[in-house]
Amino acid sequence: MNTTDALLAYVLRLGDTALVTGQRMIERVTGEPELEEELANANFALDYVGQARLFYAYAGELEGEGRGEDDFAYLRDSQAFRNLLIAEQPNGHFGDCIVRQFLFESFYVLQLEALAACGDRRLADIAARGVKEIRYHLRHATQWLVRLGDGTEESHRRVAGSLERYWRYTAEFFDGDDVDDVMRDAFGGPDLASLEPRWRETVAGGLREAMLSVPEDEAAQTGSRRGLHTEHLGYLVAEMQHLHRAHPGARW
Amino acid sequence: MVGVTEQQVRRWLAAVPDPEIPVLSITDLGIVRDVSVSGGVTVGLAPTYSGCPATEAIEASVIRALREKGVDDIRIERRLSPPWTTDWITEEGRARLREYGIAPPSQATGKHGLLHADRPAACPRCGATATTRVSEFGSTPCKAAYRCDDCLEPFEYFKCL
Ligand SMILES: [Zn+2]
Repeated sequence: MNTTDALLAYVLRLGDTALVTGQRMIERVTGEPELEEELANANFALDYVGQARLFYAYAGELEGEGRGEDDFAYLRDSQAFRNLLIAEQPNGHFGDCIVRQFLFESFYVLQLEALAACGDRRLADIAARGVKEIRYHLRHATQWLVRLGDGTEESHRRVAGSLERYWRYTAEFFDGDDVDDVMRDAFGGPDLASLEPRWRETVAGGLREAMLSVPEDEAAQTGSRRGLHTEHLGYLVAEMQHLHRAHPGARW
Repeated sequence: MVGVTEQQVRRWLAAVPDPEIPVLSITDLGIVRDVSVSGGVTVGLAPTYSGCPATEAIEASVIRALREKGVDDIRIERRLSPPWTTDWITEEGRARLREYGIAPPSQATGKHGLLHADRPAACPRCGATATTRVSEFGSTPCKAAYRCDDCLEPFEYFKCL
């Protein structure tokens, strides 16, 4: 695989994961348990959609075929999306959302930190901007994880269930393919093998604080790098794209 | 238009308010990164957040402000790197925030840990240092809501980023 194709594929994966994560947060707007969380969630969604725009705009330039952010977000079928599987999982209850953010953002922070030091200047700039936001999100998710895990019997039971539910999608973070290899070898991007122990350390620390135990690694689900998604993505994409497809070319 | 200097452009930009916190100009906020006057006017702006909804509004108000001064050839460029930080808010900007009732960011960024948020140095109304956080998220993404333990007035805190 040539380096430009790999870079384009990699940037699109980042854009897709950011957009789908943002879209799941948007679904929760007006559904949060308290006003403070309402503001937090909406702000976090904005960060993700903003990051997706930066990735997609860059992808369009790399591709050089005149596609822009809206084309990638609204005019591709769900089979073309390459977001991580954990991002597309349905929201569930509040604790589910917190656990999902904690597991994913513990990884995303490390990924963005590595990218901020990579050899592709534009991607490094986007990552350096984004990592400041995601560190902040992760702090929020970790605080809640501790409150719920070390809270009442009921809140503990429920987030322990969330952890079981999402754990199987975390192995995929480190299940690299040739695109990841090119990013590492040609651009000095993240080395997934060395990120994994650091991720495990962060996660184990947060879980310990929350009185939760690290689940067993079994029945990992992967496949997003090859476009193999869970059934949930199609519904998310259909809803997200409805307005744009109903009014082609509409602008604010 | 001929003879526009960088200083003039910077002075004009110093009168452009930030749409979310109008007491601050965009230069107080530290988002005007560079100004070039060779071959038209180019202004480099740093977005405060990736998804900052004010980014486009700020760009439009820069263009409007320069047009009013007779500049026609204007280019706005987004500067992602280095990423904007609250450390770039000027001293005048911090003073203006306090006068307006918003506690400015209290420390250099990067010093708080995973579980602990930064907090305001003092109540912007009475100067008391004992304050209680009411909500980590306020009326805009960049602010938290606090209450002074002394004068009991609520106020906003501009968080470190
Ligand atoms: Zn006070």
